[in-house]
Amino acid sequence: MAVSRLTKYLRQDRMPHVWCPGCGNGVIMKAFVDAVDRESLDPDRIAVVSGIGCSSRVTGYLNFNTMHTLHGRAVAFATGVKLARPEFNVIVMGGDGDMMAIGGNHFIHACRRNMDITTIVFNNNIYGMTGGQYSPTTPTEKIASTSPYGNVENSFDIVKVAMAAGATYVARSTVIHYAQAVQFIRNGLKHKGMAVIEIMTNCHTYYGRYNSLSKPQDMLNYFKTNTIQLAKAKTMSPEEIGDKIVAGEFVNVDTETYIDRYEKMREKALAAEGGERE
Amino acid sequence: MREFVLLQGDEACALGAIKAGCRFFAGYPITPATEIAETMAKELPKVGGTFIQMEDEIASAAAIIGASLSGEKSMTATSGPGFSLMQEAIGYAAMTETPTVIVNVQRGGPSTGMPTKTAQGDVMQARWGTHGDHQIIAIYPSNVEEVYKYIVTAFNYAELYRTPVIFLMDEILGHMRESVYLPYESEMMVVPRTGETGLAEDDIFHPFEGDDQMMATPLVKMGKSRFHVSGLVHDESGFPVGTPSDVSRLLRRLDNKIRLHSDEIVIYDEFMTEDAEILVLAYGSVARSAMKAVKMAREDKINVGLFKPVTIWPFPSTRLRQLLKKVSAVIVAEMNLGQILFEVSRLNKRGVKLEHLGKVDGELITPQEILDSISRVKSEIMDL
Repeated sequence: MAVSRLTKYLRQDRMPHVWCPGCGNGVIMKAFVDAVDRESLDPDRIAVVSGIGCSSRVTGYLNFNTMHTLHGRAVAFATGVKLARPEFNVIVMGGDGDMMAIGGNHFIHACRRNMDITTIVFNNNIYGMTGGQYSPTTPTEKIASTSPYGNVENSFDIVKVAMAAGATYVARSTVIHYAQAVQFIRNGLKHKGMAVIEIMTNCHTYYGRYNSLSKPQDMLNYFKTNTIQLAKAKTMSPEEIGDKIVAGEFVNVDTETYIDRYEKMREKALAAEGGERE
Repeated sequence: MREFVLLQGDEACALGAIKAGCRFFAGYPITPATEIAETMAKELPKVGGTFIQMEDEIASAAAIIGASLSGEKSMTATSGPGFSLMQEAIGYAAMTETPTVIVNVQRGGPSTGMPTKTAQGDVMQARWGTHGDHQIIAIYPSNVEEVYKYIVTAFNYAELYRTPVIFLMDEILGHMRESVYLPYESEMMVVPRTGETGLAEDDIFHPFEGDDQMMATPLVKMGKSRFHVSGLVHDESGFPVGTPSDVSRLLRRLDNKIRLHSDEIVIYDEFMTEDAEILVLAYGSVARSAMKAVKMAREDKINVGLFKPVTIWPFPSTRLRQLLKKVSAVIVAEMNLGQILFEVSRLNKRGVKLEHLGKVDGELITPQEILDSISRVKSEIMDL
């Protein structure tokens, strides 16, 4: 059997995975290990932390140090991991409900701190694991099992939330734009500080089925025909952009991370004490 | 010479934790536990450790578990409202067998309650606060010197039994300043975190394998021994499983791991119990009032003794059962409406007279109040 250069990063004895046939989560998982491979990262120095939800099951299939934690709390767990082991590449993966609703507070504070974590948000606009309830990213008027007459809430733009909260690398792509997704994840992994990469993915099982896109290819075609690249979007008016997906790198700046500053402060504390580091 | 220092209970907790090897603290400000965070913020950087003030107590509990699984001994400290928020993460630590210490400096509850007043209303929450069947270790010192000493024990138990350990204090204990003798270095046994598994490169580390003595596999640092941790029901490898026998096997092993070792875990103190016909049971700061009351009652020629559980969980049942066979009455003095009284009543098969001195007004139970209770019980016994 031909083995892909990427299969070594997967726990093949844990297959088959729990995701529905045609689910985009597998594409993001592959894009991630592809990025790890292309960046030649040491698997022993990678920790992947996830919360609860369909996408959060990804940690069970990745052959790194992996933690499948509590719903919404992955970023907080990852903060502990990163501070205990600054030499690690710490990656958080999870869904829009996990990261933006129950975990929204942890998400914005990690952005604010510029914590050195690469956060990959699988945005499928719905709670898949529990059966299709509307999430903070479900667009207004869309149907979900808890918005049977159309969603009355406004939705979050994850990129804008991350930017406003202070993330120093922010990008968005979709599962149909695989090469771009890999590139953004690579950039996020290399980036020092809080990196947020939102990847639009298809939950045809719930979101699609409720909203007239019930086949995987329906949703992938939707991503393909409704995505505008950032450079082009900048030339367009908000009305022209409408509800289309804008893909691209929104923020990429190098500033001091939490770890950098803590290290400096530690030296200051030691100097004040006249002591030596243990 | 032993070091003789003036310390506040909260400070002693932080300094003792650092002695025990704690190098990561995540917390959120809350009265009356804030001074623990403040001391950690000041002291941890000096020993190469890390302090972080998280956005809430949920995040604090999550961060200390993440840090511990990565290889650092860790702790958080809070009070009632924060302790309530941490319950889900405490269950995660129990399920994933993550050694960590959660300090709860108790204040009046429920809800916001009495932030600056003392109480002992969380002893049952410490036992049963998180959902699902699980065992827990909870240690409750009764003076500042004991805080320093037993926080080290808490860290040791966390490592040995791979479990979250709840360290209970109360507002009196947290804010009280006392002159204390710090123990000699040689008197302090510190259980280290195991560095490596000793496994060959391609061997698979099974972090969730119990041995035939029902002890947990020591946790190793993340790294070469890559492993998976999940709050789902899992097998020895850490990966989710779901057959009825898998579920039962895990839950029973987690239960046995602590329950079958209760005799090794349990700590208690006794004072003048040899000839006692009345036993005062008290813990935490109340135990000091009880000690004074016992001495006063002895001057009045009342044969009374003190039983002080230090591990509230596991509860020192074996010894208390023995004492219940000898005494005519037990007075449970506690700053709640009968939480440990309930535990004692479950052991009281012989129907020994049980008196409850419960106080929930935010003030410490005084020696005089306990003495009055002793005198009343004494006269009631004589009437029988």
